[in-house]
Amino acid sequence: MIHQVLFIFFGVICVVGAINLLAQRHPINSALSLVLVMSSLAMIYLLLGAEFVAAVQVIVYAGAIMVLFVFVIMLLNAGAEERGPGGRVALMLGIPAVIVLVGTIAWTLISRSQQFGEVKISPSDFGATSNIAHLLFTDFLLPFEITSVLILIAIMGAVVLGKKEG
Amino acid sequence: MVPLSWYLILSAILFTLGVLGFLIKRNIITIFMSIELMLNAVNLTFVAFANYWNAHPAKLASGAEVVPLSGHVFVFFVMVVAAAEAAVGLAIIISIYRTRSTLNVDQVNLLKL
Repeated sequence: MIHQVLFIFFGVICVVGAINLLAQRHPINSALSLVLVMSSLAMIYLLLGAEFVAAVQVIVYAGAIMVLFVFVIMLLNAGAEERGPGGRVALMLGIPAVIVLVGTIAWTLISRSQQFGEVKISPSDFGATSNIAHLLFTDFLLPFEITSVLILIAIMGAVVLGKKEG
Repeated sequence: MVPLSWYLILSAILFTLGVLGFLIKRNIITIFMSIELMLNAVNLTFVAFANYWNAHPAKLASGAEVVPLSGHVFVFFVMVVAAAEAAVGLAIIISIYRTRSTLNVDQVNLLKL
């Protein structure tokens, strides 16, 4: 019971935040809505027993990445977005297409709901940091090391692009 | 006790809202935020299935055990890629703004800087 209440509460916050992201015209309001979505997603991860992922979600996504977004919005002094004729066409075609897409996916999932089963809150230390660290440094050691190269390349790319005379 | 399909439907709703944002928004920064929203929706699916396979141990067709926790590891990798993508993407946005003085995608129609 408490699980359902918490899921619906944070799920509704997620969806409302995502809709607000689309409805707001000023990018800073959209960015703050996205912080709301990411924070409530962290709570949903906790319901799923993913403690490490929830903590990383708050620190990396809601913290670092969104600070970067807000920083760029402030730096470029971005104003409210302009609406052109192209936007209206995209709105008229996009909203029905999205409703059809969500309807199809939801109908498929609900009609096969019995095959999926249920999710429980378990007291086990399933998503604990030590378990993930063990997997990360044994089975996934090579991908983990390659991500460090990826980050290095991304840093160099950002520096090159950000230089005055690129 | 929440059915797994609820989590998947929430994920689908968030993903399609991200797609909608990508289609209707004209501001390049907001379009970028819609992409982050889609990545988050996919992460939710990974975590939901990790929990599900933990409660229902199974074997693959090849006979290997399903490792449920690898879903969390994949979320970790998605976050790393998203962070790298945000750094490079925002650098590109700054570079576009410097030459065009606009963030409207309708006025940015050349790859050339």
